[in-house]
Amino acid sequence: MQEKLMDLKEAVASLVSDGDSIVLGAALENAIPFAATHELIRQGFTGLNMIAPISDMSTDMLIGAGCCNEITGAWVGNVSAGLGHNYRRATEKGIPHRVKVNDYSNFTLGMALFGGAYGLPYIAVKSLLGSDIPKSNPLLKVTDNPFTEGEDPVVLVPALKPDVAFLSMQRADRFGNAHYWGSYGLTQESSIAAEKIIVLADEIVEPEVIASDPSRVVIPGFGVNAVCHIPAACHPSPLIGCWTRDNEFFHEYHKLTRDPEGFEAWIKEWVLDIPDHAAYRAKLGERLEQFRIRGKALSAPANYAVE
Amino acid sequence: MSLDYSTQELMIIASAREIKDNERIFVGMRLPITAYGVARLTHAPNAVGLFESGIARYEPADGMLYTMCDAPNQLGAAWTCGLIQIMGMLSGGRVHAGFIGGAEIDKFGNINTSYIGGIENPKVKLPGSGGAADIAAMSQRLIAIMNHEKHRLVEKVEFITSPGFLDGGDARKRAGLPGAGPSAVITDRAILRPHGPTNELHLSTIHPGHSQAEILENTGWDLKIAPDLSETPEPSSAEMDALHQIDKDGYWR
Repeated sequence: MQEKLMDLKEAVASLVSDGDSIVLGAALENAIPFAATHELIRQGFTGLNMIAPISDMSTDMLIGAGCCNEITGAWVGNVSAGLGHNYRRATEKGIPHRVKVNDYSNFTLGMALFGGAYGLPYIAVKSLLGSDIPKSNPLLKVTDNPFTEGEDPVVLVPALKPDVAFLSMQRADRFGNAHYWGSYGLTQESSIAAEKIIVLADEIVEPEVIASDPSRVVIPGFGVNAVCHIPAACHPSPLIGCWTRDNEFFHEYHKLTRDPEGFEAWIKEWVLDIPDHAAYRAKLGERLEQFRIRGKALSAPANYAVE
Repeated sequence: MSLDYSTQELMIIASAREIKDNERIFVGMRLPITAYGVARLTHAPNAVGLFESGIARYEPADGMLYTMCDAPNQLGAAWTCGLIQIMGMLSGGRVHAGFIGGAEIDKFGNINTSYIGGIENPKVKLPGSGGAADIAAMSQRLIAIMNHEKHRLVEKVEFITSPGFLDGGDARKRAGLPGAGPSAVITDRAILRPHGPTNELHLSTIHPGHSQAEILENTGWDLKIAPDLSETPEPSSAEMDALHQIDKDGYWR
């Protein structure tokens, strides 16, 4: 097996290109790898198409930093505080520049990635019939089901194949095999659909630990390009068993990014002036410790014995 | 003797009454999730709560939730899985009802959470559908929770994110939508329900302390009155006890 441990800076620099389509935040409101968001902004990528069902404030940050030309998702904003100021400025006023929004619903984005994952050119669904979303997103086509007699409208959702997927996992080994538990949104489909996968692991463990419970592997290591060991990579979002949500951080971001100058100052303080995630954690200091999960609610072991 | 309750508590209890026993429900966050808890403790002990991130629960979470993905909502869940498993169950017709909110709703129950002022150069770009459009399209029925204001309850939404009865009548069916559409719109003043062959939302019950004139004044279309118009029943003491068990800190009081 090939060792895939890599520094996040190096993984991002070597695996991401300007103009890439990137999944970040596939699990919805938990396990959002914000450390990767920071690195994309620090390295100054441009023209990215950010893909996520509910991106929370990660996509808003990338829009404000000018990294992103396109958004493919079902919901963009700040789950704790409401609307995303950068998202609004970009779509309403072209600040810092216009972004194209490819509107989906959660299910149809899931189907697009499912199609991308399993080589299905498109998937026919009943969702979004009667909705204006197919009018705002010409990728979605309303047509008639050829298998039924009489009128039977369906919406065709074409496959989506992202260039890169960033995924937060609780633990991984050095070969990229990882365990994840808790709800995972579109993690599995987006990682199988993506050309390249970068795993951000809260903890690096011996390969035997991962191999002891293959049912807890959401994506296998053989498809992973890089594993980066970043504790609390998901801050301020939660990661089951590791970190709870720093809800106030979402509110502070919302308050401080009301105008472009406020956002400039915020992104300078929390991303641009900080060299890496270790420095970000150091800056959070005691604050971060409040969100560390210390309790234990362990699952019962599963027996895989052969005889 | 009437009980002491807030408007939001009445809305929660009215929402709880929309949930039947043994149903699978998209419960969302905040008000509807509290309503789900009340329903489980009163008339619907076997209801199941669904969350689009990939969570199904029996008992509602014990502990503060900022989002559906927070740890208390995952601990002791009936199922944690992916979005496609949960939303697929919806697409397969296996979900009875869902709760959604929105920026504006029109007289046929269509909801906009996407664009105000056009798609190309919107005046306000709202966050979008999330799972709401899917729930509106495919759950067997839909319950909307709205603040009852003239600019929110409008004649016609300019962008349909989540379909209600579209242009009314059988338009929804003709569009090929599997779910039956909105069954109730619960506001802070009243409950509206579709009525008659047009499926237009009619004033169905008025919350205690509110008047018909005030409701008409605060609705953005010429709101018709259901023939069986009545007052929204006040919360019973059993319902209030259940609510107090869920809302220990009195957030909704």
